[in-house]
Amino acid sequence: MTTFLELLVNGISVGAVYALIALGFVVIFKATEVVNFTHASLLLAGGFLVAKLHPALGFWLALAAGVAGAALVGALIEFLIIRRARVGSHGVLAIVTIGVDILLTTELTREIGTDVLALGDPWRDQVLHLGPITIAETRIVALGVAAALITAFLLAFKFTGWGVAMRATAEDAETAALMGVRLGRVSLSAWAVAGALAAIAALFLCVFPTPGLDRSTTAAAMKAFPAAILGGLDSTTGALAGGLIVGVTEALMSGYQSQLAFLGRGIGDAAPFLVMIAILLFRPAGIFGTKELARV
Amino acid sequence: MAGEAGLEITDLAVHYGPVRALRGIRVTVPRGAVVAVLGANGAGKTTLLRAVSGTLRFHRGGVTSGTVSFGGSRLNGSPATAVARGVVQVPEGRRVFARMTVAENLRAGALGVRDRGKAGEARDRVHSLFPILAERAHQRAGLLSGGEQQMLSIGRALMANPSMLLLDEPTLGLAPMMAARIAATIREINAQGTSVLLVEQNAAMALGLASHAYVLEVGEVALSGPAAELAASDEVRRRYLGVGTPETDRPVGIDAEDLPPGEPPRPVRTLSRWTA
Repeated sequence: MTTFLELLVNGISVGAVYALIALGFVVIFKATEVVNFTHASLLLAGGFLVAKLHPALGFWLALAAGVAGAALVGALIEFLIIRRARVGSHGVLAIVTIGVDILLTTELTREIGTDVLALGDPWRDQVLHLGPITIAETRIVALGVAAALITAFLLAFKFTGWGVAMRATAEDAETAALMGVRLGRVSLSAWAVAGALAAIAALFLCVFPTPGLDRSTTAAAMKAFPAAILGGLDSTTGALAGGLIVGVTEALMSGYQSQLAFLGRGIGDAAPFLVMIAILLFRPAGIFGTKELARV
Repeated sequence: MAGEAGLEITDLAVHYGPVRALRGIRVTVPRGAVVAVLGANGAGKTTLLRAVSGTLRFHRGGVTSGTVSFGGSRLNGSPATAVARGVVQVPEGRRVFARMTVAENLRAGALGVRDRGKAGEARDRVHSLFPILAERAHQRAGLLSGGEQQMLSIGRALMANPSMLLLDEPTLGLAPMMAARIAATIREINAQGTSVLLVEQNAAMALGLASHAYVLEVGEVALSGPAAELAASDEVRRRYLGVGTPETDRPVGIDAEDLPPGEPPRPVRTLSRWTA
């Protein structure tokens, strides 16, 4: 039971971090209908900046710089590539983002090399004892920060002018333009927000118990894709639910791996994708997704 | 707001790729006027409005020659600029944001306006024109009836405080009573000082509202003149109003003659188009 609780809390905490990544993914999809595969490299860029800058600036300033930097990279990708790519289909744009992702990731992994970079966070390897269960402090902080960010984000989406513009654009871009909404700005802000969220997620993916930022961090980021897709690509609530489902599934499958030996090692890594496929078989648009995604 | 110059469309040509949609169009809407543009399906009425509001690029079209100017200076083909200059379009088929509430739809209508204070005034005006929108403020727009959605679509455009309202077939698919209601509202909006460019297939209704009218045929202006003269002209009567039926003298309402041939007369509550 104790093990189960520990795994559950860890799963929810990691899931909340996946939800942050998935949220950025969904925001870009809603605003521009582009499936953004550069997300993993945005995350790597944010984490890399924090890792490189924290010895000089201290952790908090480095974190701010990492968030701003990843937002800037996101905005630049939108401004320099996505906006200018005069291709008709969103499918082609998705492939363009794969190309950008490979470029960015290659460059960043070249910089990182074989190192494992510490991010200099103040929580280190401290653990918290809550009765019988033991949890890393980083997990608690991750959960709190992700919950706060997601709440703030959903409120902004619902109540601010930016949120109304974003939702109007997602529903009917041409009509939103008729209201005077500048679609370019909406798209730019979506990419910047996604970059910033990815940088925060990078921090929590690289702190204890993970050894640090290395070239495999992008693999962890990839788990946010099934989170976004199984929740529903165009649903912010779906991103949240998807993130939690993926996080918990992964934690439980890894935790009980010894009992699941017949499935072989590494089932924890594969589980999110299995869950995604299973859910898509029954709900093709994801749990909260709009059924008809492509309107002509 | 320079002088009395309203909307002036001069020698406009529009292409969608290699396909010519409009040629040599000259249309003028003086300040404070209601001007109607009539024509059959595919005559280029909607394209004309897209050229004014700057949304041609959403349909892979573009202005290939000629100019659109408002208040004495050119509109540069960006919808945001048009809205900021006070030229606001109500799209065909209403196109309300179905997943958002009525109040959020109205809020979206004010997004192109910088002055936040004016949004409150505009909302009061919209609510007094369409009290139902105040009652249904927190309902999803997709749940409104066709007529209510049309009111919301017009109300949403009014949130930007337009000095020129472009209306694309506002009575399409509405029951005759609702169409009459919308026509009366257009008259009231105009009386409050907003110029109107009205695109309609319902010629009887449009000619009843407008002071001046243009008839488009295959992308060109075939006829133009004072609305009363056009309404009296044999050609317009034959083609757009139907000849020899007493009903055609009704200024407002959808007559059987306005329907495409072969379509049965509609019952009172018909949804000819979904806007989900």
